[in-house]
Amino acid sequence: MSFLDVKDLKIHFPTDDGLVKSVDGLSFGVERGKTLGIVGESGSGKSVTSQSILGLHKGGRARLSGEIWLDGEELIEASTEHVRSLRGKKMAMIFQDPLSSMHPYYTVGQQIIEAYRIHNDVSKQVARKHAIDMLGRVGIPEPAKRVDSYPHEFSGGMRQRAMIAMALSCDPELLIADEPTTALDVTVQAQILDLMRDLQREFNSALIIITHDLGVVAELSDDILVMYGGKCVEYGTAEDVFYRPEHPYTWGLLGSMPRLDREPTERLLPIKGSPPSLINVPPGCAFHPRCPYAERTGDRATTEVPALAETEGGHLVRCHMSREERRGLWENEIKPVLETQ
Amino acid sequence: MLTYIIRRLIGAFAMLVVISMVTFGIFYVVPQWAGATPEAMASRYVGRAATPETVHLVAERLGFYDPVVVQYGNFVKGIFAGAQYDYGAGVEHCPAPCFGYSFITGQPVWPDLLDRLPVTFSLAIGAAIIWVIAGVSVGVLSALRRGSFFDRLTMGTALAGVSLPIFFTGMISLVVFSYGLGWTPPGGAWTDFSANPAEWAYNLLLPWITLAFLFAATYARLTRAGMLETMGEDYIRTARAKGLRERQVVVKHGLRATLTPILTLFGIDFGLLIGGAILTETTYTLPGLGQYAILAIRTQDMPQVMGVVLVAAMFVVVASLIVDLLYAVVDPRVRLS
Ligand SMILES: Nc1ncnc2c1ncn2[C@@H]1O[C@H](COP(=O)(O)OP(=O)(O)OP(=O)(O)O)[C@@H](O)[C@H]1O
Ligand code: SF4
Ligand SMILES: [Mg+2]
Repeated sequence: MSFLDVKDLKIHFPTDDGLVKSVDGLSFGVERGKTLGIVGESGSGKSVTSQSILGLHKGGRARLSGEIWLDGEELIEASTEHVRSLRGKKMAMIFQDPLSSMHPYYTVGQQIIEAYRIHNDVSKQVARKHAIDMLGRVGIPEPAKRVDSYPHEFSGGMRQRAMIAMALSCDPELLIADEPTTALDVTVQAQILDLMRDLQREFNSALIIITHDLGVVAELSDDILVMYGGKCVEYGTAEDVFYRPEHPYTWGLLGSMPRLDREPTERLLPIKGSPPSLINVPPGCAFHPRCPYAERTGDRATTEVPALAETEGGHLVRCHMSREERRGLWENEIKPVLETQ
Repeated sequence: MLTYIIRRLIGAFAMLVVISMVTFGIFYVVPQWAGATPEAMASRYVGRAATPETVHLVAERLGFYDPVVVQYGNFVKGIFAGAQYDYGAGVEHCPAPCFGYSFITGQPVWPDLLDRLPVTFSLAIGAAIIWVIAGVSVGVLSALRRGSFFDRLTMGTALAGVSLPIFFTGMISLVVFSYGLGWTPPGGAWTDFSANPAEWAYNLLLPWITLAFLFAATYARLTRAGMLETMGEDYIRTARAKGLRERQVVVKHGLRATLTPILTLFGIDFGLLIGGAILTETTYTLPGLGQYAILAIRTQDMPQVMGVVLVAAMFVVVASLIVDLLYAVVDPRVRLS
């Protein structure tokens, strides 16, 4: 069993319009010192998944089922209080928008000190020293001075660094970064990603990076999980998913990656249509209304939910097409288009 | 921060100047536009029996023939430096701050106002403590248990609280608690705090609760709405993700952000109340500023009315100044702008 092991996770929200199946049977694992990238369009259930690992949906409206094992402990059945005591200490999270994710009325230092003192019985002075330390480690200049600044006095990149310092203040063994760089501009993005990689090596923690941009996770991750409509459609090593992807949705993600050498509006292989409804999920393969190859699998695309099947060496793909067909398409039709300059 | 404070101070001062001009205008200039002669105004000071010569003399000595600007200057001078009133029969010295003499009693207005201030102040302070504590805690609890029986009950009551006028709730509570059950004294009872604190509180209990009910209702609704919004903020999720206990998430992070805008409202409400809790004081016949204002208006005692208006305005301005300054302490983002 991995350090973090999620099995058949389902998170459903009863709403007035019907049952929202935000996550529907997701399984994955991460080891200490390893990085998992979770990729998918907006609304595919990435944030709901990560927040449920931290137990943030406990006691709410959400219906949870499945298993979440962290270091040999099951968290879905565990008491709310117990999961709370693990939050921030054993597992921590970095959020997408560092401005709205920090309290506007407390200084950055106060917020880090609070995070540290929840799990460490130390005086304010000691915690403050620790906060200054952490700010220095995430690359904030003059940390002893900036510790007393408010979040709005920081730049976007600095704020995200401060968030990282806060998340790392108790040496968590599992760190989840939910779109940590979406709110930042490109150069700052790269700095923050470098920082996270360095820190992960230093702390040897398990890291989950969530993004809708495959490019962000490609070089950072060991494994990549591609999500569509609350389900995993492709899962494998970063090599597999990036260089030998087999699912048409992953091809679409690769084709719609923003590239520095092109206009943002110009995408090589855009995915047509919009994300599926999570209440009335399309029957059969949830991707079929948008899939350019749907006819190839005939009726099965609309009647039969494809299984997440192993194609080779732990590389999982959820598609009715045969392995040979998918590989042929990738080699002959997709890859050449993506490689045109 | 310093420029912010200075700007607010200048603003508050300018506000007071404008208010004094408007007040002066309403009570001294508008009547003259409307056809009141200086003699007619002076006659209010000397009574109807006076001969026209006396009236003319008094009008002259009170400066009613002077240009408006000079009259206003004298009025302001009286407030800051005191004034001399020459009635012919003798010279009265009215020490600063001089708001003039009452037409009716012949007494200077300022000491009267000072006498009544503690009553209104006691009423406002006690009610404010009750309504803030009750309103905010009810608001927080019903936000946390949205849709529950508690939520619906308190919000229903709060709706009644904001829509029922105070003389109605006041009368009802007087009838029930004073005349019916005999738990509290009927209106009009007032004991100075320094004389007997227990009796002071006992006498004020009913007015406090009645007044607080009205405001608590508004504060409960505002707090509830604010909490519902705040508890959905990203930083609340962050606080939970740190492993903070839910109670602290609510109080330290949720309530902290919710209370800040309510502070502004509180400052204004409190200032207005000090200016005169007219309805409450009238209902319970408490000898405060509000009652003073009503009496002054009934007897058309201009200097008295003007005195109350100016003092009331001053309290509103000062209260909102204090709130502005507090705001900068409470919300760090204000200091920058
Ligand atoms: N509390 C909730 N009640 C009902 N539906 C919810 C709730 N929380 C999330 N959802 C739904 O679950 C789906 C997945 O949301 P989630 O935030 O996980 O998407 P995401 O993959 O993180 O997208 P993004 O890239 O926009 O952050 C969305 O359709 C959302 O509407
Ligand atoms: S199963 Fe059919 S519709 Fe679904 S992804 Fe594969 S080819 Fe496309
Ligand atoms: Mg998200």
